[in-house]
Amino acid sequence: MAIEVRIPTILRTYTNGEKAVNAEGATLSALIADLEANHPGIGDRLLDDGDLRRFVNVYVNDEDVRFIGGLEATLNDGDQVVVLPAVAGG
Amino acid sequence: MTIDQATYDAIVAHAKRDHPDEACGIVAGPEGSDRPVRFIEMVNAAGSPTFYEFDSTELLALYKEMWDNDEEPVVVYHSHTATEAYPSRTDIGLASEPNAHYVLVSTREHGNNDGPVEFRSYRIIDGEVTEEEVTVTTTETRHPA
Repeated sequence: MAIEVRIPTILRTYTNGEKAVNAEGATLSALIADLEANHPGIGDRLLDDGDLRRFVNVYVNDEDVRFIGGLEATLNDGDQVVVLPAVAGG
Repeated sequence: MTIDQATYDAIVAHAKRDHPDEACGIVAGPEGSDRPVRFIEMVNAAGSPTFYEFDSTELLALYKEMWDNDEEPVVVYHSHTATEAYPSRTDIGLASEPNAHYVLVSTREHGNNDGPVEFRSYRIIDGEVTEEEVTVTTTETRHPA
């Protein structure tokens, strides 16, 4: 099962500069664990205390995962995952 | 950071219009060019005088558009409406575009009215803020995509 994950500029230090990598997982949680196994350190940039970080957006096939189950969102072969840090501040 | 007068004026106008809430947006440019050419106003989903955030759905749409055009965010701008045009602790903590120029506009002096504003630009990388000179060009730097 291959799922393409689009990596934002700021996290490409973990992927040798690659803009997109393939990963596996039946849920977003499993996918992030797989990303972490292959790109150590990236998991911590996505998760905080076992939850998705407030200012990191993850989309599955253009849907913000917060609306489709968060870390429990289910994934299928061929899905497109995009990681985008929020553009926000004070 | 070099920006053309029309784009500079558009950022200032947006900041004045949205005062007292913070205004925000991006100026995209060809990847690697460091030229801010395509001005994109964004909605501040936080609708707040002390915070800004792009709506997550609009954020994705914007980035997909930029990827399709081989563009990147050259300028990320927002306004401060009661404080100086200097990145706040939150701005620094959340800055996530190491290649972007972070433009801060302060509308604290004149609000929605005419009058000068502070317009300053910074690099924010790994929590470190470096202010940079802003050069406004009168020449049209816009090129066909």
